[in-house]
Amino acid sequence: MEPNSYVRPSPHLNATFAALADPTRRAILARLAKGEASVTDLAEPFAMSQPAISKHLKVLERAGLISRGQDAQRRPRRLEPRALRDASRWLENYRQFWEAQFGRLDALLHDLQVTESTRDKTGLKTGLKTGLKTKSKKTTR
Amino acid sequence: MKNSGTFNITAHGDREIVVTRVFDAPRRLVFDAYTKPELVKTWLLGPDGWSMPVCEIDLRAGGKYRYVWKNDADGSEMGMRGIYREVVAPERIVSTEVFDEAWYPGDAVDTIALVERDGKTTLTQTILYNSRDTRDAVLKSPMKTGMAASYDKLEKVLPALEREALSA
Repeated sequence: MEPNSYVRPSPHLNATFAALADPTRRAILARLAKGEASVTDLAEPFAMSQPAISKHLKVLERAGLISRGQDAQRRPRRLEPRALRDASRWLENYRQFWEAQFGRLDALLHDLQVTESTRDKTGLKTGLKTGLKTKSKKTTR
Repeated sequence: MKNSGTFNITAHGDREIVVTRVFDAPRRLVFDAYTKPELVKTWLLGPDGWSMPVCEIDLRAGGKYRYVWKNDADGSEMGMRGIYREVVAPERIVSTEVFDEAWYPGDAVDTIALVERDGKTTLTQTILYNSRDTRDAVLKSPMKTGMAASYDKLEKVLPALEREALSA
């Protein structure tokens, strides 16, 4: 229910979110947030083979979340904060989108209650079937 | 904004987004606001500048619904549709949802639960991206999709990571 291009993630963002979905990859990012590190450094705390870590790094790299440093020997990986910023901005937009919807819903609910209490006071409640009454029904497939 | 402090959006597991919100109204009214087209059209509009010219609701298990939004400035449209799986007035609605130009394969399942206490209603809306297709596509091809399995703890993780990255 988000009729809106900015809450719809771009293909690039999809790659970012897919990359972030994995706990190991998030841990790698958390490590890289402290500074660049070589593949060997990164593999160490995870009890994982170097090829397994390299696979995760590849996903992160394709998503634009990390890049390779200059040192040709170590080829250290480092965090690319911009992709992360895009992703958190997207979530923030998603939040704002819903808050705007719910703000309007607040106003509607207020109006509905004012209408009902006015109706009650004038004794017209049973006479008026305005479509705002909830029918009690239960259906399950 | 009234009650905006009660709004919460979180990730749940690998496949769900959960949105909660408290409203100062009995739940039968919140239920109406979600299910009567003349009411839905007044609030479920998206960002400023959008309207909802089409809102058709056949509120029963197996019934269909159809929403179309329109950008009033450029005339572009965006639609979604789905089928109600379960309708229990005024407390619970389960429906499928798929956008006309869906960016993920398969339907998502949307569950709305309303709990009333002291005249206030707590809405819990869960969007579950649940098809095997979606999951498999995510696993095989993260470049193409990825929304389904993507939200776990992100809300907390992202800002923290970003802060660290910027201060590093």
